[in-house]
Parts: sequence; C-alpha cells; structure tokens
Amino acid sequence: MEPEVYRQMGLTDEEFERIKEILGREPNYLEVGMFAVMWSEHCGYKHSRPVLKLFPTRAPWVLQGPGENAGIIDIGDGQAVVFKIESHNHPSAIEPFQGAATGVGGIVRDIFAMGARPIAVLDSLRFGPLDEPRNRYLMNGVVAGIAFYGNCLGLPTVAGEVYFEPSYSGNPLVNAMAVGLIEQKDIRRGRAAGVGNAVMLVGARTGRDGIHGATFASEELNQASEERRPSVQVGDPFREKLLIEACLDIIKEDLIIGMQDMGAAGITSSSCEMASRAGTGMEIDVDLVPRREEGMTPYEVMLSESQERMLLVPKKGAEERVRAICRRWGLEAVVIGRVTGDGIMRIKEGSRVVAEVPARALTDQCPVYQVERRRPAYLDELQNMDLSRLPEPADYGETLMKLLASPNIASKEWVYCQYDYMVRTDTVAGPGGDAAVLRVKGTGKGLALTVDGNGRYCYLDPETGGAIAVAEAARNLSCVGARPLGLTDCLNFGNPEKPEVAWQFYQAVAGMSRACEALQTPVTGGNVSFYNETEGEAVYPTPVVGMVGLIADIEKRCSNGWLQEGDVLILLGETFPEIGGSEYLAVIHGLVAGRPPALNLEREAAVQELVRQSIAAGLASAAHDCSEGGLAVALAESALAGGTGAVIEFDGSLRPDYLLFSESQSRVVLAVPPAARDRVLALARERGVPAAVIGRTGGRELAVRVNGRTLFNLGLGEMEKQWRESIPALMAR
Amino acid sequence: MKFGVIVFPGSNCDQDVYHALGSVLGQPVDYLWHGDTDVTGYDCLVLPGGFSYGDYLRAGAIARFAPIMPAVIDFARSGGLVLGICNGFQILLEAGLLPGAMRRNDCLQFRCQWTYLKVENGATPFTNRFREGQVVRIPIAHGEGNYYADAATLRELETNRQVVFRYCNENGEVTPATNPNGSVGNIAGIINREGNVLGMMPHPERCVESILGGTDGRELFASIIDWWQGRERLGA
Repeated sequence: MEPEVYRQMGLTDEEFERIKEILGREPNYLEVGMFAVMWSEHCGYKHSRPVLKLFPTRAPWVLQGPGENAGIIDIGDGQAVVFKIESHNHPSAIEPFQGAATGVGGIVRDIFAMGARPIAVLDSLRFGPLDEPRNRYLMNGVVAGIAFYGNCLGLPTVAGEVYFEPSYSGNPLVNAMAVGLIEQKDIRRGRAAGVGNAVMLVGARTGRDGIHGATFASEELNQASEERRPSVQVGDPFREKLLIEACLDIIKEDLIIGMQDMGAAGITSSSCEMASRAGTGMEIDVDLVPRREEGMTPYEVMLSESQERMLLVPKKGAEERVRAICRRWGLEAVVIGRVTGDGIMRIKEGSRVVAEVPARALTDQCPVYQVERRRPAYLDELQNMDLSRLPEPADYGETLMKLLASPNIASKEWVYCQYDYMVRTDTVAGPGGDAAVLRVKGTGKGLALTVDGNGRYCYLDPETGGAIAVAEAARNLSCVGARPLGLTDCLNFGNPEKPEVAWQFYQAVAGMSRACEALQTPVTGGNVSFYNETEGEAVYPTPVVGMVGLIADIEKRCSNGWLQEGDVLILLGETFPEIGGSEYLAVIHGLVAGRPPALNLEREAAVQELVRQSIAAGLASAAHDCSEGGLAVALAESALAGGTGAVIEFDGSLRPDYLLFSESQSRVVLAVPPAARDRVLALARERGVPAAVIGRTGGRELAVRVNGRTLFNLGLGEMEKQWRESIPALMAR
Repeated sequence: MKFGVIVFPGSNCDQDVYHALGSVLGQPVDYLWHGDTDVTGYDCLVLPGGFSYGDYLRAGAIARFAPIMPAVIDFARSGGLVLGICNGFQILLEAGLLPGAMRRNDCLQFRCQWTYLKVENGATPFTNRFREGQVVRIPIAHGEGNYYADAATLRELETNRQVVFRYCNENGEVTPATNPNGSVGNIAGIINREGNVLGMMPHPERCVESILGGTDGRELFASIIDWWQGRERLGA
C-alpha cells in the first residue's frame, strides 16, 4: 500500500507497521480505514489515556464509571442518573448549525443507549469576541442548531455557559451534555454478549455523510478545513425522537442484551466496541445495511457517520418483537450480522469477506504516546507581571456597569430563550441561576445540574484552573442546596503533540483530580478534544466540567435572587488580593495576566458544606457564589435575579478594587432572615469558615460603602438594562 | 369526564399534558395513538405540543393527514371539546378546524419565555374560571407562533368573540412590545365559532403546579372540568 493512502487517513508510518504486525499481513483498504478511525485521537485517546488515569473514578454511589456510553450515579430509591458531555468543536467551526445540532444528537444517544430516558441537555460554548462578524455567525448558528435539535427532541436545555475570548475566534468550543433518568434494573451496557445472537441496526439509513469525521476531529483547523464541510453530518431530530421512544420501549420489554449509538466512526466503532467489551467478535454483512444511496462500497458503509442510528444486540428470539416496536415508531430495524466467539470483526459483502480484524486490536491496541511535557515559555512573564501598579478605577459605579455589560458576565438570555428549557415540566430552576434544578416526579427529590470551566485561569495556570473548574461546579450545586455526586469532563486543548500542550493537559487533569478527591466528586466519563488550533494557534486550555448533584428534599432548595427585604447578607470565605486572570483585569485594564486565584480545597469543602447545611436547615433565603467579576458582580446578579436591592457596608484592608473585583475562590454570599443570622454565624464558626455580615437587602438600589466611603450606588433599572441588553445589542450589529 | 391526549410521531408535550390532567387534576386520561381511527368514549381531546412529523414541510401540515384526524374532525363537528396546544394549535389550523395560519416568529428564532395573556373571552368551556380581561401568566415555547388571518377572517373572529387570549404585559396592556412572535392582533389563542375547539400557542400544562412557577394553566383545565360537570348536571 502506498504510504499516501494511510497517511491521508491520519495514520503514521509506525502505526501502519504496527497494524501489519497485529494482522501478520498487509491490511487492505477497508481494514486500514477501520484502524485509522479507531486509532484516531478522537476514538483512541492515544495522547490522553495515561493522563486520564489520574482521575478518581470510584465512589459507593458510582454505578458506572468511564468506558461506557455514559456514566451512572445512584440517586436512591432504585433510581439512577446517567450523564455525559461531549465536544463537537470541529464540525461547529465549519458548519455551526449542523455541527452543534448533531453534537446534541450524539450525546443524547449515549444516554438512551444505557437504557435511560433523556431528561435534560446542557451546553458549554466558547466563541471569539462578538465584534467580529464571523463569531456572530458562529454563535447564531450554534445556538440555533442546539435549539433545533434539543427542542424537537422535547428535551429541555436547562443550563449552560457562554464565554468569549479572542483565542476561540477560529475554533469555537461547543460542548453538549445530556442527562437521563433510569430505574437501575433497566440499565443496559454496550456489550455484544452471547455467541450467535443477532446484531441489529435500528434507525436511519446509511449514507455517504460524515466519512472520516473522527479523523477530521483529530486534526488542527486551517484554511483547507472548509473543504471538510462534507465531513459534517446532517441531523434529523425527528428521527432521533422516534429512536428514543422505540429504544425505550425495547428496554421496557427487556428485549436486548446491549446497545450502542453510532457516532464517530459509525458501524465500525459501535460494533467493535460492543464486541470488545464483551470479549466476543462479530460478523457483519454490509449488503444487509439499508442504504440511502446506491453504489456504496463496504468502506463507505463501515465508516459512514450518518446520524440517528443505533446498534442493538437483541436477546435470542427477540428480533421480531424489536422489529415490530420499531415499525410502530416508523423505523427500520434490520439484522446485519451476528455475535461470534472468536474475537474477530469479520466484515462481509454477501459471501465475500472484505475485512478481518481482531476487535480488541481496534479498541485496545491503539498506540499510546507520551509526549515530552514542557512548561510554556509565556507563563513566567504573564504570571510574574506586577499588577499592583495598575491604577485604581476613578469611578466604581462605571466600572461595575462595564463589567455587567461584558459578554462574559452579561445576561445570556439571548441564548437560552431560544431553548425550550421547560418541556417535560420538571424544570424547577432553569437557565440563569447558579445551577439548574429538576424535580424527579413521584419523589421528593431534585437533581441539580451545572457546567463550568474557565479557560483564562487554565491558560495562566492549568493546574489551578483545572481544580477551580471542579470546585466551582460543586459550589454552584451547593448554592442551590444540592450535594455534588459526580462529574463528566470535556477536555478542550490544542495539539497534544506539542510539548506545551501536553504539559497544559497533564497539569489541568492533575488539578481537576486533586479537586475531585477533596470534594468527593468522581469522574464517571467524558471526552477529550485535542487539535483545537487554527493556523497553529491553540485555544486556551479549557477543561469543562459537567456536574450532577442531588437535593434530598426539593422543598429545601435555594436560588441566587434576593426575594425579600430586610435579609442579612453574609459573605462566607475570604477575599485576597487576587485579580490575576479576572474579568476586571481583562475588561477594565485590558490584560490577561497574573496568576489565577489560589484554591484551598479544605476551605472550599467547608464553605460548601456550610452552604448546604444552611439551605437544608431552612436558614438561607438566597445563596450565590462569587466568580467572574468578584463580589461586586455577585451582589449585582443577586439583586437583579430577585428584583431587590441592598445596602452593603463593610471594612477591609485591601484596595477597594481588589475587595470588589478579586475573584478569590471559596466565597458565597448568603441572604438570611434576621432571625437566622446568629445561627448561620455560629455554624460558620464551628466549621472554621470566615463569615462577615456585609449588609442588608432592601430597596431598588445597590449601594456599596467600604471603610465608610461610598464606592457606588446604582439603581437596579440601570444595571439591569446594561446587563440584559449587552449581548442582544452586539448580536444585532 | 375522560380526556384523550393524541400522540403523533414527534409530539413531545404529550407526557406533560398527561401528567397535568392525570396526576395534578386527577382526571381519567389516556394516550391516543395517531394511527388509531376511533375516539369514542372521550369527552375532551388534547392535541399536545411538539414537532409532529418533525414539523417538516410546515408545522402541522403532515399531522393533519394522520389516520386519527378524521375521527378528531368528526368529534369536533359533533360538539366534542378539542384543545390544541402549540403544535396542536398548528395542526388544528392545518386541519381546518380553526381559521388562519401560522408563520415563523417574526424574530426568526425559537422563543421560550413566560408570557402574560389577556383573557378576551371568559365564557368558553376552556376559560370559564377566568374573568374577562383577567391577566394570566402562561409560558410559550415555539418557533412558528406568528398567527395570521386575513382582514375578513379577523373581523369575523373579533365580531364573534373568537379571540380568547392576547399577549399583553402584566397590566393587561396589549402593545407591539408585548407581542413575542409577531402575531396579528397579538393573538395567542382562538376558538371556533361553535365554541368547542380552542387553539393556543402558550402551554397551560407547564403551569399547573406552584413548584414550576405558576398555576394559571391549572385554571384552564379546571374550567374544562367545571364546564363538563355543569353540562352533566343540566343533563345535556
């Protein structure tokens, strides 16, 4: 075989040699194609596998950790939550609408592949600044694509995050998370067990779309990427909705051993992964695969990434019933092969064998690369920059107003009003708060969901930034009264073959792992997205954390809005002179520099426990953590969310701009009725958490006095206008 | 009384309506499959929201040909109560049970938000627990809710008091600023001339419990039940 052939599919010379060794012969074109997709970074995790081992993945409540279609967590009463996050960055960069739409479709399939009813979607998005027309085009398309697919499925998109940084201009990040609910007895795994069992393909017909999408996702973007548009699949949410209902009916009747969705690498990946997990093999006849186009080769059939397809291994004799259920939902279900005992993926075209490869060679023998790690040179200069010389703002009111209008802080209503976040009538708290809250019908329980990350912090210090991503997600859940139970991660980085990126990746995972241990939030699965580079420039290293928490009694929950006058405001935690990596530094001083705030995980855990305890005891009427924009923005957000102002008055030894805008971690502002004040302060003392009374809610203004000096006094109306109209105004350009 | 919730392929608010009627209002309720052809035994049919047949071609355009639709039309013509919510409203328009048509929202985007509605007619089987002029709060979630009817039809709707809900603000003022989708006359819901078929874009099933942020939708369903019981008492 000519080297150009396998190189074009993304394989190196060494990898090709290895394939020859495994097979003991020269592979044919189809076999090379199968190896190329399965050994792509996207499917094979060849630059990340050893590092991912750092993640803690176990806890008594974890029913399924990494390695399956999705992770599963026990929420009691025989129920469980199934959840996973995945990136669709590259497709969205060149075809934002379909790229984002099929991202939602793919992650939702991972959820019902486990047998769970999907109940919610979350999204984490990053774009370049909105003053560039292309970034507006990308955001328009991505949001509309998520809305198109999620709304049609009848899944509420209940929470998310959107950030803007120049580093994402050519390469937006589009991470979608899906969450499902399941009775534990219904859990199915993606295993092709039982020699002789049929293998069925259910759903859409197979076309030529998306061939080598997984390989495309494993390359840097450049000007030629535009030509990869045909690698982006086209989504049909209507068919996926039917597929969900059909598969859940099939589960209900207990007809299958396992199933798996077909995402990246299509039939190839779903079949060999199911066989590999069960230690079996599979024989598939491509002639039996229903096609949408004529004249497709075995290669095209095996590598197509046509959407809305599932691979099922029914119990013996259940094929006819599976077909009948699918027919009822207007779907095709076809036997395309059977499970074998020899561990070999045998692909046939009629009677002719066209490929013969050990299943585990595709899934487990992918080479693993340990790239030299090197601390990037830019870090010293940025981390050591002397920020103390920056001038104090002349007008604090104006400074806060600028921060409220910064798209990273401004209201994201422009985005989420395009999502149906109420369908399924379980959304107790939707987008805009610290975390979404969903009730679990028929129980008194609630689920809390959030997705968080801060690329800027990770750019300046990936270890701390990674830890903060986990801590902030857990803090957000704690602020609604939920106990964090576990997380799924989406790791968005540049080219891992570069030592600097390898270093960032390792550091970020190490930091996340440290926080996971301390906060008892194991990782149950996730996704790595490398090669997020445009013309050689990497995005900020951006680990994104999707976290799930449980509220034992949904009546004992909290929101971030101040709803009543006269509440006492208590700031938990300490404010340090930490403006490195802050929104204040970026927006007001035009700098991305310094060190991100430090994270003391012992303190973090104590603050979160205190917040949860206060909420569970009914002592808090509102809770909100301090994140981007610091204390001042947290106060403004609570005022706007609840429509109630406050008078804030406290003393401090730091510069006022540090007191207001430092992004020190482990801080939460609680609003408590006057009668609960002493009790909360006493609990804080018991836990060793610093707690200071900083003011009282009331009126229609937010007034802040520090050391007797009034720093600002802003009306809710003017703040709201600034905060709410910023993104719509930018998008209307 | 017995409710039937029709499930089309792509319906996605069917379970929400079922929950509202069954679990919250405690009424007997069944799912009816789009492929069925008989609706005998039901007193009120609900066409729920969603994306029937993917909304391909045009929202509701394919669903009107579903096997169950002739039975729904017969049921409506003989005076049975029919409630179409969101996609259900679109289907009723396409099926000719209600006049007018639906266009894409004038903002060209999907809109999910709470809206205030002015009750323009409190004397229908669906709204008798509301006062005329009362302002209720019910959320919308749609991409094609921009109601249109020609001038003659509109006049007729107004004359016959067939406009049941209009988008307004919390004080009941109906202005262009309170119109979320461009609907002619801020129309959010209309009833047929006979008064037994209501179509509305807002989702009453999403506000039947205070934990979800409001209960005005519950009053709409309760109106239907009251009306039915009143009719039973009169021996109709």
